[in-house]
Amino acid sequence: MIRFSEVSMRYPGGHEALKQVNLHVEQGAMVYLTGRSGSGKTTLLRLILLAERATQGQIVVNGQNLGKMPGKRIPLYRRNIGFTYQDHRLLNERTVFDNVALPLVVTGHYRYQEIKKRVRAALDKVGLLAKERAFPITLSGGEQQRVGIARAVAHRPALLLGDEPTGNLDPGLSWEIMKLYEEFNRVGATVLLASHEFNMIKRMNKPLIILDDGRLLPQTDKAEVPG
Amino acid sequence: MRRQAGKSRSTGFFKVVNVWLLQHAQAFFFSLGQLCKNPAGTLLTTAVVGISLALPTGLYSFLENTRRVTADWDAASHISLFLTPEINEQRARSLAARLQTRNDVRAVEVISPAAALTEFKQHSGLDAALEALERNPLPAVLMVQPEIDSLSSGDNARLLEALRELPEVDAGQFDRQWAQRLRRIIELFQHFTLIVGALLAVAVGLVVGNTMRLALHSRRQEIEINKLFGATDAFIRRPFLYSGILYGAGGALLAWLLLEAATLLLNKPAARLAELYGSDFTLEAINAAELGVLLLAGMILGLVGAWASVKRHLKAVDP
Repeated sequence: MIRFSEVSMRYPGGHEALKQVNLHVEQGAMVYLTGRSGSGKTTLLRLILLAERATQGQIVVNGQNLGKMPGKRIPLYRRNIGFTYQDHRLLNERTVFDNVALPLVVTGHYRYQEIKKRVRAALDKVGLLAKERAFPITLSGGEQQRVGIARAVAHRPALLLGDEPTGNLDPGLSWEIMKLYEEFNRVGATVLLASHEFNMIKRMNKPLIILDDGRLLPQTDKAEVPG
Repeated sequence: MRRQAGKSRSTGFFKVVNVWLLQHAQAFFFSLGQLCKNPAGTLLTTAVVGISLALPTGLYSFLENTRRVTADWDAASHISLFLTPEINEQRARSLAARLQTRNDVRAVEVISPAAALTEFKQHSGLDAALEALERNPLPAVLMVQPEIDSLSSGDNARLLEALRELPEVDAGQFDRQWAQRLRRIIELFQHFTLIVGALLAVAVGLVVGNTMRLALHSRRQEIEINKLFGATDAFIRRPFLYSGILYGAGGALLAWLLLEAATLLLNKPAARLAELYGSDFTLEAINAAELGVLLLAGMILGLVGAWASVKRHLKAVDP
């Protein structure tokens, strides 16, 4: 599903965020990406999203070589990915329903009835169907994160990415959110979650990718985070 | 089988058209909603666009009204040819017939020395003095009316020169040279209107473009999220383009209303002035076809302004 071969990423300022990273995530896997702040987790996810282009090496996602992908094909490629942020990035002037509908609306291929059906199914899955008419600002942090997840899965992507999706939540809520991702993984989505909450990741008992100062440490189950 | 394939192709085509229409309808109503959400800003931009469009449209309307007034004057313009004293009425008529065959001459009227004297007597009030004269001192006169086309192309000067050189002609003058000068002034004004129109068209584009830039900036997060979930640039651009079109159309309508109001205000004084010249002239604003052109121009300027601005600034917004 995701293959990095000797991937390096150097930002225009000269900072090298990733150094010769090699990794492989199988289709249908659920993998945690961990490491200290600034270790390159977000950069790695942004490379998969094609929000950045690698300065060296090759990235292949779902059989597509991202380095050779022309700009005009990026939107189509991204429609197969669901993404969640630590700060949710919900649109506060739109209702929960409209926020979750966004990935379906941008494709322009769905009629309202179909959008309604899918959005309600996604909200039901995260337990927020009753709040579809609410505005994000009126929701708690955990609810906002769940809306973010509903938005990420509404268009039924094959790949789910999360950048510190539980960063702002207490341990109980974080556990709930991680379990939610696990449910989506069980129905076939490949999940790659970046998090620095190592203790919780360990409890999830899933494969780990560990980054340290842009370098990938050997990929092992239940590995120890350096430092 | 073939029929089925054909049917599937046509169904596919209709689906694509349907989706396209749906996307445009969504973008149109979304941009309409965005404009309604911020009525003060929308009105301000529409007012600036409206005033910018009203100025060249007003100048155009003024020119059209001036053209209507001066059209009759052009028709009344003529060249007076004073023939030499030895040319009698018969020779004057034969010369008139000759001139009538020229392409640049529309009509020739002969005023015999006797008719000229009678007319002079009537208007001058010098009957007694003129009776005392031994012979009629007035020459035969030919009133030559040039073709209107030659008037506008400036050929009348050449015509006058050619007529003056005829051996039968003592002197010639273009009686309504001032009408021609007025025409030249109108032409100059026409060019001035074009320049003002072009500058204000650029201003409309810039105003709409700047409004779009600000709108794009305020919706930056939304655009980033849209792009992240696979929105194409065309999808993101579309509502902004509709906003530009709506600003242009709103501005054009406002310009028309301003022009109608100005015409209404000026009509009475203009009619009073025309009355002094025995005319029933009334000012006219633009007609339905011209309003259509104004609307179209406004929408195109809004569209171009929005497109240029969004194209330039959208590149900078990336997830």
